[in-house]
Amino acid sequence: MKALVAVKRVIDYNVKIRVKADKTGVETANVKMSMNPFDEIAVEEALRLREAGIVDEIIAVSLGIAQCQETIRTALAMGADRGVLVQTDGELQPLAVAKLLKAVIQQESPEIVIIGKQAIDDDCNQTGQMLSALLGWPQATFASKIKISDEHAEVAREVDGGLETVAIKLPAVITTDLRLNEPRYASLPNIMKAKKKPIATTTPEALGVDVTPRLTVLKVEEPPKRQGGGKVGSVAELVDKLKTEARVI
Amino acid sequence: MAALVIAEHDNVALRAATLNAVAAAAEIAGQDVDILVAGKDCRPVAEAAAKIAGVKRVLLADDAAYEHALAENVAPLVVKLAENFSHLLATATTSGKNLMPRVAALLDVMQISDISAVVSPDTFVRPIYAGNALATVQSTDPVKVITVRGTAFPPVEATGGAAAVEPVAGTGAAGISEFVGAELSKSERPELTSARIVISGGRGMQSGENFHLLEKVADKLGAAVGASRAAVDAGFVPNDYQVGQTGKIVAPELYIAVGISGAIQHLAGMKDSKVIVAINKDEEAPIFQIADYGLVGDLFKLLPELADELERRQ
Repeated sequence: MKALVAVKRVIDYNVKIRVKADKTGVETANVKMSMNPFDEIAVEEALRLREAGIVDEIIAVSLGIAQCQETIRTALAMGADRGVLVQTDGELQPLAVAKLLKAVIQQESPEIVIIGKQAIDDDCNQTGQMLSALLGWPQATFASKIKISDEHAEVAREVDGGLETVAIKLPAVITTDLRLNEPRYASLPNIMKAKKKPIATTTPEALGVDVTPRLTVLKVEEPPKRQGGGKVGSVAELVDKLKTEARVI
Repeated sequence: MAALVIAEHDNVALRAATLNAVAAAAEIAGQDVDILVAGKDCRPVAEAAAKIAGVKRVLLADDAAYEHALAENVAPLVVKLAENFSHLLATATTSGKNLMPRVAALLDVMQISDISAVVSPDTFVRPIYAGNALATVQSTDPVKVITVRGTAFPPVEATGGAAAVEPVAGTGAAGISEFVGAELSKSERPELTSARIVISGGRGMQSGENFHLLEKVADKLGAAVGASRAAVDAGFVPNDYQVGQTGKIVAPELYIAVGISGAIQHLAGMKDSKVIVAINKDEEAPIFQIADYGLVGDLFKLLPELADELERRQ
């Protein structure tokens, strides 16, 4: 079966972000960009399904500016077969991304779609659920284990109280949680090979999708700073302070 | 303005997280807050919901299709009810996060995720970049579909209300997904996200067995036990212990971080706690920069001392 993974280009998770002085957003110029970590897990899971003989082709899709090609190349270097870039310079919000992915999926007809549960930039946690709704497909969010059999997927999900297992009919959308797997690093030969793999480029207009943002960002600010740095010298002093100064125990 | 809050429950009891979403809904819609209880044989939950302070009406959808809150089944019900409401809200728990974007997409609106403040009925503050920035966003959609950061909205009273319970017809099962089973952690301790005191261990705990040192202190304080992602990744404790950007967001009265260095990832999940205590042998650990009370030393010596001291002064 065919698998489709969506990969987002985000500020690298090791970068300490800076809010722009004019409060319009965060600084992205000259900042290291990487694939969203949850999407790396999605690519890895698709690769493992291919290695298990369940998936035979993996398509990596990214949406956004021309540089999203690099994110697709990373997925191809990890082992995905080919890429699709939906190129636009405008802001894309999760609803628009879900609509664009739906359009790509209607052309590609994958049986399984795997994407990260959230992107570490906007922290929305929406795209997978929205995509499955638009397709009328089932969803298995926050996956920590995926078992594919015939026309079903059995997915263990990370929920607040522990784990929950659901069985969903394929085709379906699965979103990844941290413990699903540990993504591999791309080897140098695979990075070289990835340069020759095909990436098709399309646009929201060509796909016939209106991507007008529905949320207007009025401002982006730094959160209030916490005053820390206090020290105590002993356990007795700590308990004392908690009882008499902070009055929390 | 009228708001519908999706109740979170297990068909027997209402989950406390619902009270935080009701608080946010009341800030938006004042007295016009209804609650949807969708489940199977869940009338006791509806009766509990009817007692929540400030709730006008409880809509009860009792149908086998809703027993396990599968998003594929519940979303069409919420969509059907949506025409009477300007705002649909749930708490940003795994259950709310699973359901609400599906509802939003079916209504062709953007969801506003994890709001931490209500500025006006169409404008909200929400943390981005793991809480390292706060975005103020305005929605242009006709219906606002919202998930609420529980710790940002103090819960309303669970009692004092007397709302009417009205049955609503179900929308049936979509037939594309089914519940297989659940392995829920059993604990006598309070739940992480609603506990007044939380004590968490990190990589410095060195093993899962050593968490009993934390548990001893937790029992003296009536605290919940959490962990950093490093401790979860190392296999010391299950993932549902995880406090941080990718785990649970907590904001208790007192947070005690033990053997936790203070990665941005972890701070994102606990930095809104009222009082923070850090115990770590490395005095350069970043956790001390945000701690109100830092104690430098060997946790294997300090934790038993702390348990004894609490015992002595109880």
